[in-house]
Amino acid sequence: MTGAMQYVDEYRDGELARHLSGKIAKEVHAERQYRFMEFCGGHTHAIFRYGIADLLPPGVKLIHGPGCPVCVLPIGRIDSAIALAKNPRVILATYADMMRVPGSHFANLIRARAEGADVRMIYSAADALNIARENPAREVVFFAIGFETTTPPTALAVRQAKCDGLANFSVFCNHVLTPPALRGILDEPDAMLDGVIGPSHVSAVIGTGAYEFVAKDYGKPVVIAGFEPLDVMQAVLMLVRQVNSAHAVIENEYVRAVGAEGNMKAQALMDEVFELRESFEWRGLGWLPWSARKLKPDYAEFDAEARFGMSHHAVPEPKACECGDILRGVRSPKDCKVFGTACTPEHPIGACMVSSEGACAAYFSYGRYRAA
Amino acid sequence: MKRRHYIRPLDIERGRIDMTHGSGGKAMAQLVEEMFVAAFDNQWLRQMNDQAAFAVRQGRMVMATDAHVVSPVFFPGGNIGSLSVHGTINDVAMSGAIPLYLSASFIIEEGFPLADLQRIIKSMAEAAREAGVPIVAGDTKVVEQGKADGIFITTTGIGRVPDGMLISGDRARPGDRIIVSGTIGDHGIAILSKRENLTFETAILSDTAALHGLVAAMTDRVPDIHCLRDPTRGGLATTLNELASQSGVGMRIRESAIPVRAEVAAACELLGIDPLYVANEGKLVAICADADADALLRAMSEHPLGQNAAIIGEVFEDEHSFVQMETAFGGMRMVDWLAGEILPRIC
Repeated sequence: MTGAMQYVDEYRDGELARHLSGKIAKEVHAERQYRFMEFCGGHTHAIFRYGIADLLPPGVKLIHGPGCPVCVLPIGRIDSAIALAKNPRVILATYADMMRVPGSHFANLIRARAEGADVRMIYSAADALNIARENPAREVVFFAIGFETTTPPTALAVRQAKCDGLANFSVFCNHVLTPPALRGILDEPDAMLDGVIGPSHVSAVIGTGAYEFVAKDYGKPVVIAGFEPLDVMQAVLMLVRQVNSAHAVIENEYVRAVGAEGNMKAQALMDEVFELRESFEWRGLGWLPWSARKLKPDYAEFDAEARFGMSHHAVPEPKACECGDILRGVRSPKDCKVFGTACTPEHPIGACMVSSEGACAAYFSYGRYRAA
Repeated sequence: MKRRHYIRPLDIERGRIDMTHGSGGKAMAQLVEEMFVAAFDNQWLRQMNDQAAFAVRQGRMVMATDAHVVSPVFFPGGNIGSLSVHGTINDVAMSGAIPLYLSASFIIEEGFPLADLQRIIKSMAEAAREAGVPIVAGDTKVVEQGKADGIFITTTGIGRVPDGMLISGDRARPGDRIIVSGTIGDHGIAILSKRENLTFETAILSDTAALHGLVAAMTDRVPDIHCLRDPTRGGLATTLNELASQSGVGMRIRESAIPVRAEVAAACELLGIDPLYVANEGKLVAICADADADALLRAMSEHPLGQNAAIIGEVFEDEHSFVQMETAFGGMRMVDWLAGEILPRIC
């Protein structure tokens, strides 16, 4: 587009992209494959949106990871949220992406709303607090989802609610952690990864140190990268170099935002309000130990699961859906039988087809002309 | 028309619409006469019949209707009134037709301030007068508080297509060129900047405008334009997909050729939306034969509403009717239909 945006366009420059593309092509060894997983849905989105794959040599394969918050939430948790929304006392406040995620029997929050449920789309946790203040006679539940990036704002909202004595506010907490999911992926023998493009925003919160185990325990390199397309290209080049020299260390391409320790303030805030769950169910990855957060006893009064007596029921995935394998990186969207036929962004069967960060949705919306 | 005399004039400054204004009785007659007829004033309305009668010439006529529910009703660069006039004129004009008459139907919520109604009606009257298309018939209904959001306006327009002209969404052919008349996304971003939960500071104005003048200048120079469409809801991406599937062809566009204001690009970046999907109310997409493209582009550039016109891509053969884009970054990607709803009530 012709509009110029300072501080952003520099990272989307076509000239620099061609230059980097040439560098990568020169350094890859023709006889081998390089399988790199971008963990984050934000990277998946950028890769498709800018057509990055066209600028990489055929030997470099990008495998799409599970870092899409709405994609990894299991059906049972979606069902719980829909049931909660149908409680006439409840206003359910949610990020827009969650509205279309299918639960059991294709139920979703959009349909629940059409049937009379009070579901409000919000942009931040603070919006949910405002709804609670404006509706003192109603129970306002914030459907909290996401990795370490959306967790601190939820913590802040809970702390504020306690401070204000906002008794009609609670949180249905589904916040998850990046490192245990990464471990889950690396334990998957079929993924056969040569390296990982590490999260950008998540890393700004948790720091580069959080990934040391990938190099130490699994012998794989990690390059933490920003979400701009040149960041991704640069990270690929750095990973190729590590693989070629048989190195496996944690490198940071995203130095303009990420440090070794991360954002200590945000971490302290999360630790003050949340503690780890012993185990949490992930779509595709199954039950992972210490992989999600819940409210600490000090804040238990704001825990919607306790307040409404919610319990988690594991629900099996629809048979035809390959989201599980796709989230683990062992299959690609076009391997799925229902991709683009029964499962489309308008009628998603699996969650990967819902969010723009989901591998299937990105592939469908930006890349499916390749398969035709 | 003989003016009736009402005991008390409408209190436009402080008054509000109440249920009597939609009852069919005296209060409604007063509202219609003192506000609508007074502002739209023309020979057809003055007859005070339930219909407008006019003679038509032989040839092809076109008709289009458009409901307007935009929120907020007042936005930078316009309001629901001017928008409702421009929107329908543009739908008529995209056939190459000369718009002739409009009708307008109002659904107003009880409690709506008369002062706001007056502002809306005045800007409708102004837009209609500027466009040279009279509003010749109308209707007003009032619904109870909570049953509508302020005001909804539906307009219908008819127009006459010049002899021999055939502009239609199914006429794009491989080899044709795709032209857009100016910067995209201005209207959607202007609206979003005023949404209660998003408010941000921006100088962007809605591009709401009647395009029939531009269309006349274009068909004057290039009579055989294949397709015209205004990329409103769903933006440029949706319009190109509609035309591609109607014509059974593929399209390839270049991201670097698409005009986008820097402010719009920045706002989209911040909100995480793609300007290709953001609504326009004063832009059009034209598709014509390669041999006509330069002449058409020149005709557009010479018109005030087409100053930033640009050729953005080509039509090619593709049984899947995919719209593809060469990104400014150097890769290729698809430009798909809009899934779901990113910006409700944009027009």
